Amino acid sequence: MEILTEYGDQLVTAFTRTIQLAALSAVAALVLGTVLAAMRVSPVWALRTVATAYVNIVRNTPLTLVVLFASFGLAQQLGITLVDPKSPTSITDSSFRLAVLAFSLYTATFVCEAVRAGVNTIPVGQSEAARSLGLGFTQGLRYIVLPQAFRAVIGPLGSILIALIKNTTVASVIGVAEAALLMKEVIENTSALIVVGLIFALGFMCLTLPTGAAFSYLSKKLAVRT
Amino acid sequence: MTISQNPETTLDREAETGGPQIMISMQGVNKHFGPLHVLRDIDLEVARGQVVVVLGPSGSGKSTLCRTINRLETIDTGSVSIDGRALPQEGKALTRYRADVGMVFQSFNLFAHKTILENVMLAPQKVRKLSKVAARDRAMALLERVGIANQADKLPAQLSGGQQQRVAIARALAMEPKVMLFDEPTSALDPEMVTEVLDVMTSLAKGGMTMLVVTHEMGFARRAADRVVFMADGQILEDTTPEQFFTTPATARARDFLGKILSH
Repeated sequence: MEILTEYGDQLVTAFTRTIQLAALSAVAALVLGTVLAAMRVSPVWALRTVATAYVNIVRNTPLTLVVLFASFGLAQQLGITLVDPKSPTSITDSSFRLAVLAFSLYTATFVCEAVRAGVNTIPVGQSEAARSLGLGFTQGLRYIVLPQAFRAVIGPLGSILIALIKNTTVASVIGVAEAALLMKEVIENTSALIVVGLIFALGFMCLTLPTGAAFSYLSKKLAVRT
Repeated sequence: MTISQNPETTLDREAETGGPQIMISMQGVNKHFGPLHVLRDIDLEVARGQVVVVLGPSGSGKSTLCRTINRLETIDTGSVSIDGRALPQEGKALTRYRADVGMVFQSFNLFAHKTILENVMLAPQKVRKLSKVAARDRAMALLERVGIANQADKLPAQLSGGQQQRVAIARALAMEPKVMLFDEPTSALDPEMVTEVLDVMTSLAKGGMTMLVVTHEMGFARRAADRVVFMADGQILEDTTPEQFFTTPATARARDFLGKILSH
């Protein structure tokens, strides 16, 4: 109990950081993943090839490596820090932004594959009807195919988001002050491994269980009846 | 009336006399699905306002023929044109061309996530750049015409097959197409719903729309068609009036086909 009173404020701060990491990465991954999915189903050979190569490379790289590459590769080797170096909080901000970048790039590949699976469930007649009315490929995708594809894969997208929330713990390897980094610190200070572990596990469940429930609800509510 | 086994001379003569204008023209069209030669040297012309019914056993290539006209199926050789405009390969030119060619499918293909009204409004807004108000007015008028106006806010899945197909016809008409293609429009319908769809098609035919209809509805062919085209094995075997086709078919294949259809 004294752990909670002693570290209560820090817990809130750390989990807020976790939520920020997950939320920003989720939005970016959704956008990028959708663009990648559109490229993978497009009639243009070059777009398909680029998107397929990207997905296969990034999806099959361990997340820790992607995060480390963003930190060491981009920031330390290439000097891409995504912040104004004169800012007093430049180091913290840089780690945070690079982590968001890494999670977005990584999670986008899973979003892409989920959305593409959704596109494949839409009967070909839907896009044929769109084409026969004079809609172009992009218009057909935007107005007809993608809206239905998303509704078909809301469940899987929820799983991807849950995985992303838990994956944000990897950001501790580049020093982002989110929940997992605090957990390490508390364990070192208190040696109460099991209690601390349970507290943080519970903290993550407070984020992931409602996420799962919300996506199940949306998935039923938005299902396209045919 | 143009019955053209010999397209070049027909075209020339009518250009000179100002006779009926050719709306759909297919010249020397060939298509393969792998080793299967599905369309063999197809020459077909449909004049403005004419209604042509394509008959034939399944696998004869009649659906493929219909789908090549707006390039839902590509062709290997030959040429296709609508109102004198050649079918483009791809890109903007192709979407503009398709906007002028209405198509009605066997499986309706209404947009499942959009209401009936939205289905009819979408393409006029996004392709013809009509305002929302103008698109809505046009859509409601068409839904009225096909007798579905009171269902405008429902989703396709809430309608019967016959109603869905009538909406699909309204959706195609909303683009004010030059020609309408029907690919077995009643084949997926329960028998009691066939009539309501055929009635809409018949009134469209009487209104002067240029139509190419792939169907098994012999009654419709007799009642509404100006010409019957009979296909088998990817070839056009007969191209004649309904009267002549049903009473004195010229080929053994057609006699055999009619025997099977009409005997039950």
